[in-house]
Amino acid sequence: MRAFVRDTLTVFEREIAPSLREPLGLLFTMAQPLLFLFLFGPLLGGTQGFSGGSPWQWFVPGILIMMCLSGPMMSGWNLLVELLGGSLERMLVTPLNRAAMLVGRTMKEFVILFAQAVLIIALALPLGFRLHLGGVLAGMALLVVFGVGLGALSFLLALRSHPGGDLFYGVTQIIMFPLMLLSGVLLPMDYGPQWLQTAAAINPVSHIVAAERELFAGRFTDISLVYGTLAACAVAALGLWLGTRAMRKGI
Amino acid sequence: MMIHARGLTRRFRIKRESVDAVRGIDLDVGKGQLVAFLGPNGAGKSTTLRMLTTLLPPTSGTATVAGLDIVADPAAVRARIGYVGQKNSAGEYFRVLDELVTQGRCYGMTRTESRRRADELLDLLDLRPLAARKPGTLSGGQRRRLDIAIGLMHRPALLFLDEPSTGLDPQSRANIWAHILRLREEQDTTLFLTTHYLEEADSMAERVVIIDHGRIIADGTAAQLKSDLAGDRITVTVPDPASAARAADLAARAVSASEAVTEDSTVRLRVPRADTALPEYLRVLEAAQIKVCAAETARPTLDDVFLALTGRTLRESDAEGVAA
Repeated sequence: MRAFVRDTLTVFEREIAPSLREPLGLLFTMAQPLLFLFLFGPLLGGTQGFSGGSPWQWFVPGILIMMCLSGPMMSGWNLLVELLGGSLERMLVTPLNRAAMLVGRTMKEFVILFAQAVLIIALALPLGFRLHLGGVLAGMALLVVFGVGLGALSFLLALRSHPGGDLFYGVTQIIMFPLMLLSGVLLPMDYGPQWLQTAAAINPVSHIVAAERELFAGRFTDISLVYGTLAACAVAALGLWLGTRAMRKGI
Repeated sequence: MMIHARGLTRRFRIKRESVDAVRGIDLDVGKGQLVAFLGPNGAGKSTTLRMLTTLLPPTSGTATVAGLDIVADPAAVRARIGYVGQKNSAGEYFRVLDELVTQGRCYGMTRTESRRRADELLDLLDLRPLAARKPGTLSGGQRRRLDIAIGLMHRPALLFLDEPSTGLDPQSRANIWAHILRLREEQDTTLFLTTHYLEEADSMAERVVIIDHGRIIADGTAAQLKSDLAGDRITVTVPDPASAARAADLAARAVSASEAVTEDSTVRLRVPRADTALPEYLRVLEAAQIKVCAAETARPTLDDVFLALTGRTLRESDAEGVAA
């Protein structure tokens, strides 16, 4: 266990060093969510708000989910680059704990996501976003669970894409965008036709989005919290199981 | 014994076809040896290396590396060996010094220890001025030195190197070799490396293991392999094809040539030792009243050894491997 913690830290520190050295890079990776915040968010301002309150209250958690979808995916991409380049192989020949390799990388994604979330919330506050600290922290915890699973799944995809890398591109392009559209991060799915609502109900992301909105509004009692938590835990369990199994099988 | 392998095999499934990359390898490597693992592309060199370094579980067979079983206890094997792969060991987004320190910490060294060792290696491999650079900005030779430095962070008693000098210009190759040989002299590190540069295996390794189609087909010192399997070559030029044919006839009896081929007015022989056979052969030809215009001898290369063993040269096999 001590070795696992130490190895996780080793991986985490390795991964975070480039971001700490060039913090401006963080802004670039945030370009898309920031654009949504400023160019799409105001459109919602014209509506009454979908849950009664400020549209920002409704939209900010969605933005965080968007970042949570792209961040861990990027970390799979980084893993693929290291796999193709040879540096992953070199680390696999060291006694470094296999699970620590995944967890350390995912931790780094979360520190970054956390920094980005703070920035987004800070930007949304003057626009009318009301901060419920307990809810936000609980929401971030839920995102961590979801992101761990997503990250592990993207690692798995990266391993499977070896040595070409085309599979990774293909799957992330084909799956990620529909997952996002069908999650209701941009507009509530309630306004869509029945088939779209059914599709959204199957999408685990939409349950997590619903739970995040409740939490960010400071409400802890809605049934959607249970569904969202279950969805996040299911993704995490599946991802970690498949991810470590793939690592053990060798590359 | 640093490596002890018995019946090691590995089968891959590629698009529903099964490919036997390694078909039963027995290998013993003692402490402090420098072994070159030689073979054409696709012969199974890298696959064998990947099994011995625990990257790939064998399909069947057993091996102990540094005294530990690669299947039962891969983590312990990893702690004792070093590996320099074919590709770049350092990640693109990371600085040279950071990658060295990370590597030490992967082996459980503290940050201070790791930093101290990284400093040593920066000097040892002439990487000091590059410490803050990213690998993408280094030349091929510099990158290779960095790969080796990374492999040496934890002072392994056994170091595997997969094609350490491939793709480098001659000067960088010589430089890499100087580092490898010094390492061996100073630290008595056991070195097991693959290469497809014949000259390198010939001049640097004290033991050459040749692999082809997943099996070891020869194992010995370069000199041994050459005299046992290939033999020296004598080339004699005579005035006309008729004389050449007569000279070839005489060759087997006169100097126990294992092979005598004529081409126009030259005769090519293969003999165990050319230095003693040539004077004898010239005397026999003179007695038979065949005029000799020119004569030369050549020591065999490892390519001749490979040719004698497989009927093809390594270069031809490499071309096949690329085509396949």
